[in-house]
Amino acid sequence: MTTIDLETPTLTRKDFVSDQEVRWCPGCGDYSILAQMQKVLPDLGIRRENIVFISGIGCSSRFPYYMNTYGIHSIHGRAPTLATGLAISNPDLSIWVITGDGDGLSIGGNHLIHAIRRNANINIILFNNRVYGLTKGQFSPTSRQGMRTKSSPMGSIEQPLEPLSLALSAGATFVARTIDTNPNHLGETLTRAAAHKGTSLVEVYQNCLIFNPQEWTDYHNRQTRDDHMLFLEDGQPMVFGVNQDQGIIVRDLQPEIVKLGNGISEDDLLVHDATSESPTLAYILSRLRHPAVMGVLREVEGPTYAEGLMHQVAEAKAKKGQSDLLSLYQESDLWEVK
Amino acid sequence: MSEVKEKEPSLRELDAIVIRFAGDSGDGMQLTGTQFTNTSAVLGNDISTFPDFPAEIRAPAGTMAGVSGFQVMFSREDILTPGDAPQVLVAMNPAALKKNLPDLERGGFIIVNTDSFNRQNLRKADYDDNPLEDDSLKGYRVYKVPLTSLNREALKDVEGLTTKEKDRSQNLFALGITFWIFDRPLEMTLEWIEKKFAGKPAVIEANQKALRMGYYFGENTEIFRQRFRISPADLPAGTYRKLTGNEATALGLVTAAVKMGKPLFYGSYPITPASDILHFLAKLRHFDVRTFQAEDEIAAMGSVIGAAFGGALAVTGTSGPGIALKSEAMNLAVVLELPMVIIDVQRGGPSTGLPTKTEQADLLQVLFGRNGESPMPVVAPQSPTDCFDLAIEAVRLAIRGMTPVIFLSEGYLANSSEPWRIIDPDDIPAIDVHHPAPRYGTNGKEPFLPYQRDPVTLARPWAIPGTAGLEYRVGGLSKAPLTGNVSYDPYDHEKMVKDRAEKVARLADIIPEQEVFGPEKAELLVLSWGGTYGAARSAVRRAQKDGKSVAHTHLRYLNPFPANLEEILSRYDQILVPELNKGQMAFLLQGTFAIDVLSYPKLHARPFRINEILAKINEVLD
Repeated sequence: MTTIDLETPTLTRKDFVSDQEVRWCPGCGDYSILAQMQKVLPDLGIRRENIVFISGIGCSSRFPYYMNTYGIHSIHGRAPTLATGLAISNPDLSIWVITGDGDGLSIGGNHLIHAIRRNANINIILFNNRVYGLTKGQFSPTSRQGMRTKSSPMGSIEQPLEPLSLALSAGATFVARTIDTNPNHLGETLTRAAAHKGTSLVEVYQNCLIFNPQEWTDYHNRQTRDDHMLFLEDGQPMVFGVNQDQGIIVRDLQPEIVKLGNGISEDDLLVHDATSESPTLAYILSRLRHPAVMGVLREVEGPTYAEGLMHQVAEAKAKKGQSDLLSLYQESDLWEVK
Repeated sequence: MSEVKEKEPSLRELDAIVIRFAGDSGDGMQLTGTQFTNTSAVLGNDISTFPDFPAEIRAPAGTMAGVSGFQVMFSREDILTPGDAPQVLVAMNPAALKKNLPDLERGGFIIVNTDSFNRQNLRKADYDDNPLEDDSLKGYRVYKVPLTSLNREALKDVEGLTTKEKDRSQNLFALGITFWIFDRPLEMTLEWIEKKFAGKPAVIEANQKALRMGYYFGENTEIFRQRFRISPADLPAGTYRKLTGNEATALGLVTAAVKMGKPLFYGSYPITPASDILHFLAKLRHFDVRTFQAEDEIAAMGSVIGAAFGGALAVTGTSGPGIALKSEAMNLAVVLELPMVIIDVQRGGPSTGLPTKTEQADLLQVLFGRNGESPMPVVAPQSPTDCFDLAIEAVRLAIRGMTPVIFLSEGYLANSSEPWRIIDPDDIPAIDVHHPAPRYGTNGKEPFLPYQRDPVTLARPWAIPGTAGLEYRVGGLSKAPLTGNVSYDPYDHEKMVKDRAEKVARLADIIPEQEVFGPEKAELLVLSWGGTYGAARSAVRRAQKDGKSVAHTHLRYLNPFPANLEEILSRYDQILVPELNKGQMAFLLQGTFAIDVLSYPKLHARPFRINEILAKINEVLD
């Protein structure tokens, strides 16, 4: 989050469109994310010159080229490290990391964990299409077990990672999930992530039409999508389903799907509270697959890395006074040669 | 103890002497050596130190693997190395004796703690018989001192400490003895003990008493027949302090940041022998030093790129294995064309190698260890205090060329120390930094060109986020000139590769001319680089005194080379390149200038001795 500047010039979507031609495959979910980003940024009250997009490698990582802001298309998996260094050198920026399931969870998994645990002031948008796109279709760390790809012709034998569970385990202060085909929800989620101070991790279910086109069919289809996704709202019971007649309860620390009626009412269901100090409920929700939980799972306050560091700078200056090189040189046993 | 002595021991004046303190890792030998050094420095001697310790934090007590040593040379003359061979060895146990005896000068002094020469310790050092009781030490002057029991006796009235705790002071008892032999005052160390152990009166008492009693032991017993005095050196007037290479590097970086008017961002992952730079800088928050201990080497490098993009003075420090991990990100820094300094404090390799030992074997790695054409300037300090000057210089080159610069230090320089005449920071010129100004209302007009190069330096503008109207994108993909937009065009690619190379080459315009020590023409030119400076210069000095036709030149700028280097090399019949690797600089010179070079490699992961290079000079010239 950056300080809102009341004198920020009025910006429009067009101000955030760069002169570069967008080169994703036709129908790629990335287009929707780009469009929503360009749509919500003008309303955030942040000057364009204070916004930086940093990506790694992969289809999603072309994103910064298309944003008329500052940007770096860096190397595979390392975007959070550049973002952290930038946030420390210049704590006033609004920094966005664009990554994918391969870039962020495979080669860059380590950096993702550490950026989150430090609560660096960055927004990480993780495009999850559960497949490697740019290298043409191998399974990724989020691919379903059994998924057949060029590198797993007999089916993947690996257990997939759940990005939000990982983030919560690392102590994330903001964790959310949204989907490319629901532009309103996507835009709202990005807006809330931007407003969060500290690391925000947003997983976007994103469609790869070329290499994993069936992955989200049930989440896109009007007939089935409401059975597959539960949209969280703060203070509201967790209800979902095409007929809004199903809900979630927790029994013996296990989530259960229940049908409303037959003595079960909305009052029996879990009520969402993203600001809960304990991440336990958010963790349970993050692991649900049917339905997948959409929206902001966790949103709590905590000092950012740069705040902690700059606090130490201020404290040291107050204690030791104005920095003076000569005194520093002399902080040792000295002797005179005449 | 008797007040009247039959005969005063004789006091001999010497020009220089080399002492090595050796004991178990837990015996406090680094501390003992440091205290001896500090006192000698304050007395006005020129000093040079060489700590030599194992990678294991605490190897099993009494074993050869656990021996830790600290060598110091102190002199009345200007010295450039910590000395070839010690003349005095203080050995706290059999393993320390065994490990260090081969280095000791024939006829040298040995002070041993006889209490530690028991069967168990002798066995750990693989001694079949006690060397103190047979002929093994013939030809040396051996002083057998029961240090442990003397120290226990001396501290018997100190209350509140166990015997084990009292034994920890025995290094100070030994130090007291050496202070007496070399006629040094105790005051500095007494004061230091008081500060170091503030709040622990029993420990202060024990340590101060041990030091004093060691001194009195020397004074009152007659086993030491000889004392020595080394007069102050004739150093340039001024205020001095002692600096290790790592301290000097850190001070240089802070100075450069102040001279730029920028915060210093230091992103690093702990690694021997570079970690001390991180430790030193972490204490300097009041200088707006923003240290960042990254989760790994790659993250450290990434963070530095981010900080440089944001406009800070961005620096990382590591050793060879870390450079290997950082290489991909270093390459990104090359194509993003951002200014930063990458410190490689070299250690013995390959792989994990010899973490606490020194080597110069990363030269070709830092020059060529990246995919594609990836030119990077390289500077290498020649002495511990030169790290200060060259760190500032590295920053200057980075800013001028908008390029990452390698600062190629060495474990030997990092941990060794020498006197540093404190300079007035006001005498150090400012480092000019230019960021392009914001541009308002430019929509639809001329776009900002992030790769529009300065016609003289070929550097691109350092536009930083937060500047209106300059929003631009960069990345690791090949780029078009001027715009920096992604381009796969073959001619764009060629131009960018050539421009980056030429930009680095043009740094030679501001690099000082290479100098030669000795005749303009001679039969032999010794060319050294890095920490080999001291031994090479001293050896050439001696050879010149012997009338040999030899000159010396020392390289601090390894890429680009100084503009006049080729001309210098052409003036000498033969060129000898001593280096702590298998001949990497020799290979580089041969490849760059198509000339014959005599390579003199040393692969012991220890610095050159003067005598080794002198012998080689004589061998070549005879």
